[in-house]
Amino acid sequence: MTEAKTSVSHLDLETHEKPFLDANELVINMGPQHPATHGVLRVILRLDGEKVLGLECVIGYLHRGVEKIGEHRTYTMFNPYVDRMDYVAAVSNGLGYCETVEKLLNVEAPPRAQHVRVILTELNRIASHQLWLGTHALDIGAITPLFYTFRDREEILKIYEKYCGARLTTHAFRIGGLQYETYTGFEKEVKNFLTFFRPKIDEYEELLTTNRIWVERTKSVGVISAEDCIAFGVTGPVLRASGVKWDLRKAQPYANYKNFDFDIPIGENGDTYDRYLVRMAEMRQSVRIIEQAVDALPEGPIMAKVPKVMKPPPGEVYHSIEAPKGELGYFIVSDGSTQPYRVRVRPPSFVNLQALDAMCRGQLVGDVIAIIGTLDIVLGEVDR
Amino acid sequence: MHEIIQYILSYLTSDKTPGAAGNMFWALVYIMLVFAGLSVAVIAMNWLERKILAHMQVRLGPMRVGPHGLLQPIADAIKLLLKEDIMPAEADGFIFWVAPFLVVLAAFTVFVVVPFGPTHAVTDMNIGILFMLGVSSLSVLGIVMAGWASNSHYPLIGALRSSAQMVSYEVAMGLAVVSAILMTSLNAEGTGTLSMIGIVQAQMAQGEWFIFKFFPLGLIAFFIFAVSMVAETNRAPFDLAEAESELTAGFHTEYSGFRWSLFFLAEYSAMIAVSSIAVTLWLGGWLRPFPNWLSGGTWDQIFNFFPGVTFLFFAALCFFNTVRMPKHPLFRVQTIGLAGFGVVLGLIGLVLLYPPVSFRIQDIFWFSAKVTGFMYLYIWYRGTFPRYRFDQLMQIGWKVLLPLGLGVLMLTASVALIQEYLIKTWHL
Repeated sequence: MTEAKTSVSHLDLETHEKPFLDANELVINMGPQHPATHGVLRVILRLDGEKVLGLECVIGYLHRGVEKIGEHRTYTMFNPYVDRMDYVAAVSNGLGYCETVEKLLNVEAPPRAQHVRVILTELNRIASHQLWLGTHALDIGAITPLFYTFRDREEILKIYEKYCGARLTTHAFRIGGLQYETYTGFEKEVKNFLTFFRPKIDEYEELLTTNRIWVERTKSVGVISAEDCIAFGVTGPVLRASGVKWDLRKAQPYANYKNFDFDIPIGENGDTYDRYLVRMAEMRQSVRIIEQAVDALPEGPIMAKVPKVMKPPPGEVYHSIEAPKGELGYFIVSDGSTQPYRVRVRPPSFVNLQALDAMCRGQLVGDVIAIIGTLDIVLGEVDR
Repeated sequence: MHEIIQYILSYLTSDKTPGAAGNMFWALVYIMLVFAGLSVAVIAMNWLERKILAHMQVRLGPMRVGPHGLLQPIADAIKLLLKEDIMPAEADGFIFWVAPFLVVLAAFTVFVVVPFGPTHAVTDMNIGILFMLGVSSLSVLGIVMAGWASNSHYPLIGALRSSAQMVSYEVAMGLAVVSAILMTSLNAEGTGTLSMIGIVQAQMAQGEWFIFKFFPLGLIAFFIFAVSMVAETNRAPFDLAEAESELTAGFHTEYSGFRWSLFFLAEYSAMIAVSSIAVTLWLGGWLRPFPNWLSGGTWDQIFNFFPGVTFLFFAALCFFNTVRMPKHPLFRVQTIGLAGFGVVLGLIGLVLLYPPVSFRIQDIFWFSAKVTGFMYLYIWYRGTFPRYRFDQLMQIGWKVLLPLGLGVLMLTASVALIQEYLIKTWHL
C-alpha cells in the first residue's frame, strides 16, 4: 500500500512540474516519413506557435550495422559496404576506406591511381553538392533548381558508369590503387564535362544567389559560431561557413592534393546563406582541381603491390579525408588476421546533425527545414 | 406552354443579365454554363500547369495518358473518385465532412457576379465586388474547419497559417479594391458603382483601363492586388498553408480521394475568381484592346477574328505535333487522338469565325484571355520563387502592402476630388 502511495505522489509531482496539456507548447513529430527530412530522420519538435523551443533527433531508422559487418568481412570484402553509408558520395567513402587500409598495410597507391582517385572524388564532391543544392532549394520552396542540378549530375554519373559500371554505389577504388584502367576518352569526357558544367554553376547562382526570397529565407538563419562548431565537432562546409579555414585536403593532405592549387572558400556569418555560398564556391574549386588533375594525369601502373590475402600487422590506425559533407574518418584496429578487429567510422553527417538543436532554437518551423537542408545530412551515413 | 416559351424568348431581346432581367430560366442556364465552363477550366488548368511547369524544369510532364498527356486530368479525376475515402479515427466527423463542401461552395458562388460580358453574367448585383470579396473570404472558414476537424498537428498549423494569411492580406486587398472603385466615380454622371459590370462600363466610358488611371496610382493598386491575390489563394511563393516541405500538405493532409479533389477544385476556381476580379477592376474586363481608339466597323471586324484565329492556331499546333509523333504502331492511337483533338479545335475555330457567333463570343474570349494570362503568372511564380517564411509573409502584408494601399487610397481620393472640383468649377 505504501509503495502505491509513494508512486502516486511521485506521479503527482511530475504532472505538477510538467502539465499534461500545456497550451503554449505543441509537440510535433516530423518524420520519419516526411518530405523534407532527407530520408528517415525523425525530429520531435517542441513548438510555441511557430517558434521552435527545442527539438530532438531520433535516428536509427536506416541502421544496418555497417561497422559490425566490417568485423566479419575481410578487408577487401568490406570495401563495397562503405559505399552504402553516404550513398550520395560513395566515391569519397571508398577513398577514405582504401587509404586507411593502405596506411595500415603501409603501401601507397601509384601516382596515376592517385590522380584518377582525385578526379573521381572531386567529381563526386560536385555531384554531392548538386544533390544538396537541389534538395535544399526544394525544401525552401524553389522547385526548379532540383531539376537543373539533377540534369547536370547525370553527366557525372555517366562518367562513373563508363568507368566502373555503377552510377551510385560505385566501388570505384581498390585497396592499393584501382582495379580498372581509365576507359578510352576518359580525359576528354571529364574535360568536356568541366566546360559544360562551369556555366551551369552560374545558372544555379542566377536562380538563387540574389533572389530576394532566397536571401531572406537563408540570411541569419541557423547561425552557428566558429566556437560552437568546434565544440560540436562540426566539420566540412558548415564549419568553413562559420569562418574557420579548415579543410583536410590542405590541413593534412592525403591522396596527392598537395600537388594541386586550390582555395578554401570560407564564410563569415555562419548562417545558411554563407553555407550556400561556400558550397557553391567549393564546386568551382573542385572544377579547378579536376582540371589540374586531368592535365597532369601521369602514365604508369594503377595498382601497388598488395598481397592477395591481406593480413595487416596488428595495430590501429585513424585516417580521415575531406568528404563533401565534412571530415570522414575511419578507425581500424587490426589483430593481424584477415578481418579487422574493429571498424569505426566517423561520419560527418552524424556529427553535424548534433548541432541541429542548437541551430534551430528560437527559429521558426520553416527554418528547421532550411537548417536540416543546409546541414546536408545523408541518413545512410548518420545511421550506418 | 405558350406563356413559358414566351417567357423564355422574352429574355433574348433584353440587354441585361438574366438575373437583373429577372428571368429564372436563363439564369439557371447561365449557372450551368458557368459551372461547366469552370470545371473544364480547372481541368485544363491542371494539365497546363503540369505541362508548363514541366517545360520550365527541363522535363516533359505527363506524356502517357492520351497524346501529350491530354487525358491525364481525366485519369486523375477517375483515380481520385475511385480512391478509398479515409477519415481519421479521431476526426470530428461532421466538420470534416462539411469543410471541403464549404470551400467549394465559396469558390463557386462568387462566379454568380463575374461579368464575362455586358450580358454574359448570371446576375448583376449593385454590390457585386463586395459580394465577391465577402463570399470568397468564406473559404478561410472551410480551411480552418478542415484543419481543426482533422485532429492532427500538421493540418492545424496549416489552417492557422492559412487563416492568418488570408485575413491579413484581405485588408491590403480591400484597400486596393476601394481605390479602383473610387475611380469609377469619375465617369460622366459622377456616380461610382460597386457593380462588376458597372466597373467595366466605367472604364469604357472613361476611355482607359484603371491600371493606367492616375498613373502610377492605378498601377500600384493593381500591384498590391496582384500580390495579395496570390497570398489569398495560398499559392507559391505564399503557399505556406500547404507548404509541402514543412507541413506535408497543410490543412488537407488528412484528406484523400474525392474530398481532396474538392479542395483542389476550390483552389483552382479561387485562383480563377481572384484573377477575374483583377481583370474586371484594372484590365477592362471583357473589353477588347483599344475599344475607343480603334473603334469602327473595320476594326470591329478585325478583332472579331481573334477568337476563331486563336482556336485555329491551337488546331494547327495539334496538327504540327501529329506530324511529329513517332511513326510506331504503339503511338497510332495517340496520333489519331491528337489529330482528332486538332479537328475539334479547328471546327470550334471555324464556328467562331462566323460573324454572328464571333460577335456574341467576343467578350467572353477577351475576358478569358486576360484571366489565362493571370493563370500563367501563377504557374510562373511557382516555377521561379522559393517560399516565404511565415513572419516574412506577415511583414509584407502588414508593413509593406497595407501602408502602400492606404497611401494609394488617399492619393487616389485626393486626385479624384481635385479632378471633380476642376470639372465642376471650370467645366474642364
